[in-house]
Amino acid sequence: MAVVRPTSPHLGIYRWPLAMALSIVHRVTGIALAVGTLLLVWLLLALSNGPEAYASVRAFCGSWLGLILLFGWSWALAFHLTNGVRHLFWDAGKGYSIAQARNSGIAVVVFSLVLTGLIWACVYAQGGAA
Amino acid sequence: MSATPDFQTPLKRVKGLGSAKSGTHHFIVQRVTALALIPLVIWTIFLALALVHADYAHARALVHHPFAAVWLIAFVVTGFWHAQLGLQVVIEDYVHTKWLEIVSQLAVKFFFFVAALIAIVAIARIALA
Repeated sequence: MAVVRPTSPHLGIYRWPLAMALSIVHRVTGIALAVGTLLLVWLLLALSNGPEAYASVRAFCGSWLGLILLFGWSWALAFHLTNGVRHLFWDAGKGYSIAQARNSGIAVVVFSLVLTGLIWACVYAQGGAA
Repeated sequence: MSATPDFQTPLKRVKGLGSAKSGTHHFIVQRVTALALIPLVIWTIFLALALVHADYAHARALVHHPFAAVWLIAFVVTGFWHAQLGLQVVIEDYVHTKWLEIVSQLAVKFFFFVAALIAIVAIARIALA
């Protein structure tokens, strides 16, 4: 007595709407920031310990791996911050129409990239990273 | 008819069963910390930019300032609190083995609590030196 029931949309053939992608990216950037902010703890710890310890943090931040992590951290922060504000508007009951949600999603992507660009423009305006 | 009399009041019974006005606590604290983090994080970005080309003495002087020390401690406490709340939901969503879920929830709580304490002690050592 096999009953043919409708199955839920299969992820493999389901076209990703922007809202779905941004929701997942919000979660991923949140996890990345939780881990990435430990770099700030390391920096503060080294700063309290003395010049040698602080020099090793600066050397790491100026290395290729450090710069990649810092760049990723800055974008993750910019995205999670702007998309977080979008979530707060939703929590207040605003911006739920499909058009509004789509437009705010596009705005979040653009603004997070602009903010990241501004941060790194400030870094390089001061004469490059570390 | 039960053999042992039930001395619980209806209020006692409902607390811990239903929401009893605490079911939304996690949701609300996550939003409140999110709101607080907006100014905290923007200022911390400016501090980080000021640190890029600062030597040791200058960097220490920046964090030594009472305003900076208070603001940084506020950021670290609020940030890791918010992070723990977020990671708690992630674990609730994806970890379905009971013992592993409990162990990872506790590990995340302890880890970020200690991380926040380390940061606070470090900031205090710089600010009070």
